[in-house]
Amino acid sequence: MRTLIPAIAWRSLLLSIAAITLQAPVQAQTPVRGGTLVVVSNPGEPAVLTAAFNQQGAVAAISTKIFDGLLHFGENFKLEPELATNWDVSKDGKEIRFRLRPNVKWHDGKPFTSADVKFSFEEVWLKVHPRARSTFAAVEAIETPDPLTVVLKLRNPSGVILSALNSAESQIVPKHLYEGTDIVRNPWNAKPVGTGPFRFKEWVRGDRIVLERNPDYWDAGKPYLDQVVYRIIPDATARYAAFETGSVQYGVLSPISVNDLERAQKNKNLQVDFHGYEWLASRNVLEFNVRKPPFNDVRVRRAVAHAIDLAAMSKVTTRGFAKPGTSPVLSTQTRFFTTDLPTYPFDVKQADKLLDEAGFPRKGDGTRLAVTLDWLPFGENYLRYAEFIKQSLRRVGIDVTIRGQDLPQFMRRVYSQNDFDFIVTHIAGFGDPQIGTDRLLWSKTILKDVPWSNGAGYSNPAMDGLIEAAHEAPTEERRIELYKKVQRLAQTDLPSFTLLENRMYTVASARLRGLSKGSDGSYESLKNVWLAP
Amino acid sequence: MNATAAADASVVGAALGCVPSRGRGRSYVVGRVAQMVPTLFLILLTAFVLLQLAPGDMVQVLAGEAGGGSPEYLASLRQSFGLDQPLYMQFLLYIQNVLSGNLGFSFRNNATVTALIGARLGPTLLLAAAGLTVAVVLGVAGGALAAARRGRAADRVIGVVALLIYATPGFLLGIGLMLIFSVALRWLPVGGFVDPYGVDGAWAHALSVARHLVLPAITLGALHAAIYARFTRGAMLEVYGQDHVRTARSKGLSAQRITLRHVLRNALLPLVTVIGMQTGALLGGAILVETVFAWPGLGRLAFEAMQQRDYNLLAGLILCSGTLVVFVNLAVDLLYAVLDPRVRLQ
Repeated sequence: MRTLIPAIAWRSLLLSIAAITLQAPVQAQTPVRGGTLVVVSNPGEPAVLTAAFNQQGAVAAISTKIFDGLLHFGENFKLEPELATNWDVSKDGKEIRFRLRPNVKWHDGKPFTSADVKFSFEEVWLKVHPRARSTFAAVEAIETPDPLTVVLKLRNPSGVILSALNSAESQIVPKHLYEGTDIVRNPWNAKPVGTGPFRFKEWVRGDRIVLERNPDYWDAGKPYLDQVVYRIIPDATARYAAFETGSVQYGVLSPISVNDLERAQKNKNLQVDFHGYEWLASRNVLEFNVRKPPFNDVRVRRAVAHAIDLAAMSKVTTRGFAKPGTSPVLSTQTRFFTTDLPTYPFDVKQADKLLDEAGFPRKGDGTRLAVTLDWLPFGENYLRYAEFIKQSLRRVGIDVTIRGQDLPQFMRRVYSQNDFDFIVTHIAGFGDPQIGTDRLLWSKTILKDVPWSNGAGYSNPAMDGLIEAAHEAPTEERRIELYKKVQRLAQTDLPSFTLLENRMYTVASARLRGLSKGSDGSYESLKNVWLAP
Repeated sequence: MNATAAADASVVGAALGCVPSRGRGRSYVVGRVAQMVPTLFLILLTAFVLLQLAPGDMVQVLAGEAGGGSPEYLASLRQSFGLDQPLYMQFLLYIQNVLSGNLGFSFRNNATVTALIGARLGPTLLLAAAGLTVAVVLGVAGGALAAARRGRAADRVIGVVALLIYATPGFLLGIGLMLIFSVALRWLPVGGFVDPYGVDGAWAHALSVARHLVLPAITLGALHAAIYARFTRGAMLEVYGQDHVRTARSKGLSAQRITLRHVLRNALLPLVTVIGMQTGALLGGAILVETVFAWPGLGRLAFEAMQQRDYNLLAGLILCSGTLVVFVNLAVDLLYAVLDPRVRLQ
């Protein structure tokens, strides 16, 4: 009896070694059905399991397996059908008509219809979704002529709507379980009923969330996996150890620290993938408080931009994984991105010259001015960025004090009290500059108390004109053209500037096959994923 | 070290003496429980005020985690959470709820505070009990051995090891153990409470939990074991010099019997007090251990609640851990009377 346990452990160890060596030469290409995928929930434990109104990364990452969206994104933002089989935009751009997939059932067996879409739109997204009011501002009415048709009537053409109908951003909840309830406190938020490939099984708080195969999924034969188990592992070292020992096989949104990334890439039992984050478009941004000196002077802001060597910053703070930023729109957002913009190459002399012009000559001790830099408390990375910036600016005579605090205090300081000089922060693009970029530049997004709004206090009528024209642009070409102008003006006025285009990563076991390469692949449904034996 | 001082030290806000009168155990317990109520009320009031001093509120955190929000969205959340009420109203409402057995709703977690704490209490108590057992067994054994071999090699080795462990931060010790026993040797799981799947039946479940418990319990226990070892050694050396030990020696009792019956038992009395006083520290230390080993306990819940300004949950946790500490102190005082027949409860 005493020797039994180690014997079993040894045997399973040997078996798993045998399995790895056997699998290596002949890579099975036909999907294998069955198996449990253990995933690390990142970042942290979700609050609820529906992203219809809660947009935390962990919520979106898990709930997109339970809920389908109307559509999703393939490679390079190509729109692909999910619950909507097709969609037509009218010639004048003022009507979008969706045809819904027939015979789709909620996990409790009730049919999925256009009434669910209308209810989610009117009662959930417009009322309690953090961004939907502005995303869908152009929608005048939503009509459901029959159970499988949804028609959006628009006041003006709006290009942003189709960029926001994937299950991560606009999740459809079942009307029959939500109608007449307090949506945010509805108990189904924690034991959701969706239409997706996996259905909810159990949630042991602080430990794990278990999803199981939906046997009635509309895409017959899928998903391949029997179960998906999300584990909550708060410590980064422990998370890497879990990947290394194989007790966790998948994780999105950079689940291990950048220090472990190279080791993970060298480990042949693991695969590291940078795809699937184009829609999320994560970037690190330096944002100035333009309401007060010294950063109310554009020359000082430009001097700062010239003084920071972004290539070196990427190397030092992210081991070269991030890409130096050039625009408030990321290079992965290919449709809108342009390189025809003012640039701020690393140039200490130019920075010195600008600071002299702005009236900040060097004093006896070599410094010109002193400012405080607050970093977003999303982990140690931001402290590293802040330290790099401090070092860079010292060279041009700007004395930087780094200030740390916890997230609620940071939010209050920046967005409620505007009591800061400049911040190093994170901004997500969410598939479209209208969602991800406007909020830093439009004067109507100077919103007290609202996180990730225009905390800089930047207001320029010319910029407002461009943005508002883009919102109502009659064609996509015109919208793209306007957003290129927005980028040009943003790089000229520089109320904020992109330091680094983050390359977020997925870490997975080498046995995991069929991962999506789509633009929102980090929030995919996992229906095509299987575990090689 | 005398019993009176020890008993006093372990009582929260209450004065106790050692007046000889037997058989009043029950009324003593009732009295002590009654004294807890104002104590807990004060804990709660202090916690509530302190929490309000922390800048930033939960709605902002929710919107921050969600990647943004509109002012209407924030206002509607604030209203539905009752955060637009004046502070004293929030407190009165809270007290009213607590008195009716309702600890409130955690908006961040979309669940009642009672349910959240209930789910975490078991793992925390299990970890604390296992950690305490490790600490007491290792600490007392090590301390007793060191005292019995005073000045010899064993004493020095135990002293150095205890010092090293004591000086190591808890998370570092945990990560070190994990790297050795989980990653390199693959003997034990990396973290978590139970294997995520493939566990069928009560025995398999218990075995899986036990395997997951080993490293966290050792990490938590080792830090306290180091303290207890030093403490036991000191207390025993003091007792070794007392008259009754000399008497025992002169009677010709064996060294082992003297150490166990005459010295250790007497030295245990102050140790029990220290253990009682350190309950709070044990629960606090559990936060780091729970984080490193992904153990679903109260410490991590409290840490997250603080980060998210989840006031209802925090207040509930403070109430819960306050109650725990108060009860442990009561248990220590009762244990004292059991260990030393000369101690009287009043």
